[in-house]
Amino acid sequence: MGVSVIVFALVQLVPGDPIRLALGTRFDQETYDALLERSGLDQPLVQQYFNWAGRALTGDLGVSFRSGETVTSLIAERLPATLTLAFASIVVALAIAIPLGTVSALRPRSLVDRFATVISQFGISVPDFWMAIVLILVFAGTLGWLPSGGYVPLSEDPLGWLQRLILPALVTGTVSGSVITRFVRSSVLEALGSDHVRTAQAKGLRTRQVFGWHVLRNALLPLVTVTGVQLAYLLSGVVVVEIVFSWPGLGQLALQAVQARDYPVLQGAILLFAVVFLVINLVVDVLYTAIDPRIRR
Amino acid sequence: MTGQPLPEPAASPTATDAGVPSTSRPPRPRWRETLGLLLRNPTAAGSALVLLGIVLMAIFDESIAPSGANQISVEDRLQAPSWEHPFGTDDLGRDILSRVILGAGVSLRVGFLAVGIALLIGTVIGLLAGYYGRWVDDVLMRFMDMLFAFPAVLLAIAILAVRGPGSGNTALAIGIVYVPIFARVTRASVLGVREEVYVRASRSVGASDLRLLTRHVLPNAAPPIIVQTSISLAFAVLAEAALSFLGLGTQPPNPSWGLMLAEGRGYIDLAWWLAFFPGMAIFLTVLCFNLLGDGLRDVLDPRQRTLMAGGGR
Repeated sequence: MGVSVIVFALVQLVPGDPIRLALGTRFDQETYDALLERSGLDQPLVQQYFNWAGRALTGDLGVSFRSGETVTSLIAERLPATLTLAFASIVVALAIAIPLGTVSALRPRSLVDRFATVISQFGISVPDFWMAIVLILVFAGTLGWLPSGGYVPLSEDPLGWLQRLILPALVTGTVSGSVITRFVRSSVLEALGSDHVRTAQAKGLRTRQVFGWHVLRNALLPLVTVTGVQLAYLLSGVVVVEIVFSWPGLGQLALQAVQARDYPVLQGAILLFAVVFLVINLVVDVLYTAIDPRIRR
Repeated sequence: MTGQPLPEPAASPTATDAGVPSTSRPPRPRWRETLGLLLRNPTAAGSALVLLGIVLMAIFDESIAPSGANQISVEDRLQAPSWEHPFGTDDLGRDILSRVILGAGVSLRVGFLAVGIALLIGTVIGLLAGYYGRWVDDVLMRFMDMLFAFPAVLLAIAILAVRGPGSGNTALAIGIVYVPIFARVTRASVLGVREEVYVRASRSVGASDLRLLTRHVLPNAAPPIIVQTSISLAFAVLAEAALSFLGLGTQPPNPSWGLMLAEGRGYIDLAWWLAFFPGMAIFLTVLCFNLLGDGLRDVLDPRQRTLMAGGGR
């Protein structure tokens, strides 16, 4: 509820007349009035909010001022690309973070640990759009191995889908993976130093048992949290990478909506992102109780 | 909750100290000692040195830059790095090195301003929420949670859509986005401090809330906030670059690193140096702020290591 009020208010504050913008430079007053009435923009703001929120609850997010399509269909159109990139990135991120973080925690201050620190520091500090440009230059330009951008659905061309997915997923996955690596390292280190692990070792359990049952299980909790946060970020925040790779995702849709003052689309997109964030938090909480039964109390 | 400094002599530090055994007061971070420890860490010291260089470069930009930021020279367009133009020239023949130097000022100004806004508002909110608890905490932190539920970049984009593009608005947008992070860090730190013996002792001798907050709570809750400031500076520089890259931040012909990257993107096949050097400048600055943040954390607040690793990205 609070989120929806903020979304609505924020978007209303955007200056510029959306109807004028949608109609272009040549229009008559009659068309203008008709469109104003049809879009409901002539009604008081409070009423506009309740109209919008009421419809949003039933899944009707309105109609785009610009294209005339429903916002729901515009979002549905972009959703596969966004979901594909987000989940591919999380796979890349975890593939980097879990081995790197674990190994560096097992051998603190070793060469591997130092390497992991350098890699994660690099990933956290590098501007993702710059990394994207450099990768395009190397892999699409110089080597010519991969296409420089675009998106094709998996069902149409599986190979083309994979080829176009690799570079963007590598960029966003490296950034998220770097953040996750630090969490994995510190949580594994913390679990390794805890009393129950020492007890398990003293009991004579095999290293694999100690590690699998006592260390990893305890290190999993922070990992789930940070992976949830990163997934929420990937589902919403990779606007710039989407632009560089011409990836037709939701971030690009939201940016275009800002530029075109397309209120309904912008409201719909931001509301969806906020809901995604809340849902992911809920899922993380549910996973918590599954991993750590003590929380169920 | 008077908000006024209390006039009674009981509130003076001597009187407060007299009521409490001196051992109950935690060791406050001493600045000289902290600086010494920080400089003993080679990574943090090196980062601080590089940042100092970048700040000096931003201050003395016009006297160091070999040419003006917008000095166009068509016959020199798209020249590869050479002795004359160490970073090459762009499509209008402008010297990239000069533009990178002049861009430092823009990036750092926006970064410092943004973090300043977030620090000021976020710390006050976190301080009030953590200290007063109950409904004050509920109202303030629920509002912060709501703000936090928006994707950072999109929230900044939406604010810029409302306020219009430009450096000042970019700083404001990034600042607002980071307010909840500072509020959370401050609140968590205040919660750990507010029930300490020295705070209770000071309260029992009649110190006002304002005095308690400014003299006892805030100074002792400061270390995580300082660490967060350094890390947030890194992200603010990154965010400024991203927003300028999208055309919403700094406007041409001003040399912002993000904007230069966007301009260079179109020439990536022809002239890699257009995008490479501004990108390196962003990377180096962000890396140094992050490394300095890590160093500060080790010195000031080792417990926070796991909690804050990764910041707001």
